[in-house]
Amino acid sequence: MSAPRMTINGVPVEFSPGQTILEAAQSAGVSIPTLCHYPDTRPTGACRVCVVELEGARSLVPACATYSAPGQVVHTDTERVDAARRMVLELMLASGNHNCLICEAGGDCELQALAYRYQIDPPAFGKPPGTTYYYEDNNSMIIRDFSRCIQCARCVKACTDRQVNLAIAVGYRGAETTIVAAGDQPYIDSECVFCGECVQACPTGALLDKHARFLGRVWERQKVRSTCPYCGVGCQIDLQVKEGRIIQVTGADAVPNRGRLCVKGRFGWHFVHHPERLKTPLIKENGSLRKADWEEALNLVATRFAELKDREGPDKIGGWCSARITNEENYLMQKFMRAVLGTNHVDHCARL
Amino acid sequence: MTNSIGELEWADCILVTGSNTSETHPVIATFIKRAAYLHGKTLIVIDPRRLYLVRHAHLWLRQRPGSDIAVLNGLMHVIIRDNLQDHDYIARRTENFDALKETVARYTPALVEQVSGVPAADLERAARLYAAAPRAAIVYAMGITQHTTGTNNVISLANLAMLCGNVGLESGGVNPLRGQNNVQGACDMGGLPNVFSGYQAVTDPAKRWKMEAAWNVRNLPDWEGLTLTEMLPGIAEGRIKALYIIGENPVISEADADEIINPLKELDFLVVQDIFLTETGKLADVVLPAASFAEKDGTFTNTERRVALVRRAVPPVGQSRPDWQIICELSRRMGYPMDYAGPEEIFEEIRRVTPSYAGVTYRRLEQEGGLQWPCPHPEHPGTRFLHQDRFTRGLGRFFAIDYQEPTELPDDQYPLILTTGRVLYQYHTGTMSRRAPGLVEKAPECRVEMAAADAEAYGIQDGEMVRVCSRRGEIKVRAQVSFKAIPGTIFIPFHYYEAAVNRLTIAALDPVAKIPEYKVCAVQIRKLRPSPPKAAAAAEAESHGGSP
Ligand code: SF4
Ligand code: SF4
Ligand code: SF4
Repeated sequence: MSAPRMTINGVPVEFSPGQTILEAAQSAGVSIPTLCHYPDTRPTGACRVCVVELEGARSLVPACATYSAPGQVVHTDTERVDAARRMVLELMLASGNHNCLICEAGGDCELQALAYRYQIDPPAFGKPPGTTYYYEDNNSMIIRDFSRCIQCARCVKACTDRQVNLAIAVGYRGAETTIVAAGDQPYIDSECVFCGECVQACPTGALLDKHARFLGRVWERQKVRSTCPYCGVGCQIDLQVKEGRIIQVTGADAVPNRGRLCVKGRFGWHFVHHPERLKTPLIKENGSLRKADWEEALNLVATRFAELKDREGPDKIGGWCSARITNEENYLMQKFMRAVLGTNHVDHCARL
Repeated sequence: MTNSIGELEWADCILVTGSNTSETHPVIATFIKRAAYLHGKTLIVIDPRRLYLVRHAHLWLRQRPGSDIAVLNGLMHVIIRDNLQDHDYIARRTENFDALKETVARYTPALVEQVSGVPAADLERAARLYAAAPRAAIVYAMGITQHTTGTNNVISLANLAMLCGNVGLESGGVNPLRGQNNVQGACDMGGLPNVFSGYQAVTDPAKRWKMEAAWNVRNLPDWEGLTLTEMLPGIAEGRIKALYIIGENPVISEADADEIINPLKELDFLVVQDIFLTETGKLADVVLPAASFAEKDGTFTNTERRVALVRRAVPPVGQSRPDWQIICELSRRMGYPMDYAGPEEIFEEIRRVTPSYAGVTYRRLEQEGGLQWPCPHPEHPGTRFLHQDRFTRGLGRFFAIDYQEPTELPDDQYPLILTTGRVLYQYHTGTMSRRAPGLVEKAPECRVEMAAADAEAYGIQDGEMVRVCSRRGEIKVRAQVSFKAIPGTIFIPFHYYEAAVNRLTIAALDPVAKIPEYKVCAVQIRKLRPSPPKAAAAAEAESHGGSP
């Protein structure tokens, strides 16, 4: 059976049943802008940036929440579509205080990118000066700055559908609508478990990783793909580095986690640069440890191991591998113990 | 894990037991929760605590700690009694079914209710839900293994899975979740007393010859070594004189004096290699500074057997060096040069001597982003789930297992059961997690989780300091009335040296796996002082309020 077909911008394309117009267009290489769509979550059609013309439909339809059907004829780039998107974007920009100069998300903000693409002027009908917005900065990990919130509800979808933590929801009605944690509490007093999925999902600077604030713009950072050092899930992470220091960790869109992290993976990396890190070898002398250089320390260990092996026998020496070092290092450790020291007393703490 | 993490989302039924997944493996929990919450699949939780996952469960069986085998045998009793087992699978792929059938016949729901406290009706429902699911996955962790009957607990789970034909298919299986990030890799690489990398036995002469040829050495030791839990007592017996410890911190606190500190002090020579000066490091003759994961290249293997790259993102601090370089330096000085240009070259050697890793290369990991072993050759896509057509040994064998009581049960003097484990915001002994401001903010100190009913019974207020004692010792810890706890059982995490819970737990080991019974012992709990004067309470609040 051949795949069903539809027409996008005059080109016939195939789609798989169950795909939305947005997804069908994406598979066909046509990009439709959106601010609320987020992979692995249910569509909400909240932001209305992804509207397209569907022949036969009276009004524009949201591509993220309309399912593809055989024979549909869709236009993603008409003047009518552009005008509608401009209107939506202007309203969003006018609804808050979108001052990109000092926003942490600058250069990484999807609203900013669309404003640029559709050449939106600064809002003509902004809120009166002195308008205040909800601002939450009473925990050490996440800042909520709703002067930049466009109510796309991606954070809610990330929390509900991707993490299933059910910590936040769209609350209140009409002009009062805002994102709330249970009981309209700050995150720190709520059920929030600080996985930071909402921060990663937010298209603007409304939710921020507090540790990374003011430490580097997106274009100043290198991203290094690695594996989380904590639990056995082995989440794939992007270490964001500036000038030899990690400034933020984000979830990589890769197996097994597909962008997700937990609080340890996202906010637990400080040990790497902690001042108490060991920086030189230490040797015990008269009951206390003193600094030593590598030559001295390595020679001492090698000599003592050789001596003990001769005097007591190889089966009197044991070695502990570790669940925190790499495969290569564990392999070398057991090779060293077995081939060089001649002992099989090799284990690690899997049992504890 | 026999299966993959992502497959859990598509299982028809997930049975989670002895795993506080949403705190210890949070991202795996997201897939389990998605199955239940978004796709309406069945989630059964068997656990003494009301874990976060229970919120999404269709059925929560709350067994008495340590009565797991009774419950599992009860489930199998109902399944066989009602003829719900997978006859075809049992006939084709398993053996010794009759022995199992005979044993579980005695575990009637009524008896199981008596032993475990799980209502017979719930047991019946759980059995039918599990058996009815075309693809059912079992997920477990230390809550199953850290018992004197740990090995038998694991076998019982395998019995249950095979009974319903759930091993060897997508979204099914028996899935142990590994606690620390590279425990799987440490085992795979031969960080065990009895095997080389890839679980090749050191007692098998053919395997030894193979390694001798690969390593260009002669006379590799042919005896099985001691486990970690045997090496420590081995010191007092004079069987161990020197230890080389990498990245482990067995000494959490002074409380470990008898079992760990004193033996380590008796060693002729102790080398500790780590990223921080741990309590264990302080006892060492030589401490070697290692680079952290972010400062070196290499691979980790996760709990679903997936090998993934670790990449150097920042330079090593101070003079610290990657562990592999330190080992090479030592080896060279001892007359056996190890000249590797880098981790990739070491990995190439691993591939040559380890059949299950033979098809994995750094290049493939770069391009494909992770590969699951067994991956025997470079064209092999990796293995998402194990035992598809046959078990490693051919037929899957049922073992008839009987319930056995935990070593120590509560009595008049020690009326409460203590179980131990992890909390979401901390990790192991805290060397890494207690240095992150956010994690410290959420979990600054050790807290004993207790049910409101127990708090009331002992006159304890939420947040006050209490004393918890067992026959072996006592600790002071802050009380936290928690919805997770059920009356009669309290929980203390093991991350905190100031309140080292292992001082209370019992040293009884599982006879096969040599894993200690950390999940059940008997304790009593008392107020620290009758009624704290206001000034003292305020001072105490202050001393605990700041960052540690
Ligand atoms: S906080 Fe961010 S993700 Fe949430 S609704 Fe506002 S803009 Fe969208
Ligand atoms: S941090 Fe995680 S749990 Fe908290 S609101 Fe965001 S997504 Fe939900
Ligand atoms: S991010 Fe969390 S769940 Fe993922 S590997 Fe790290 S500790 Fe485990």
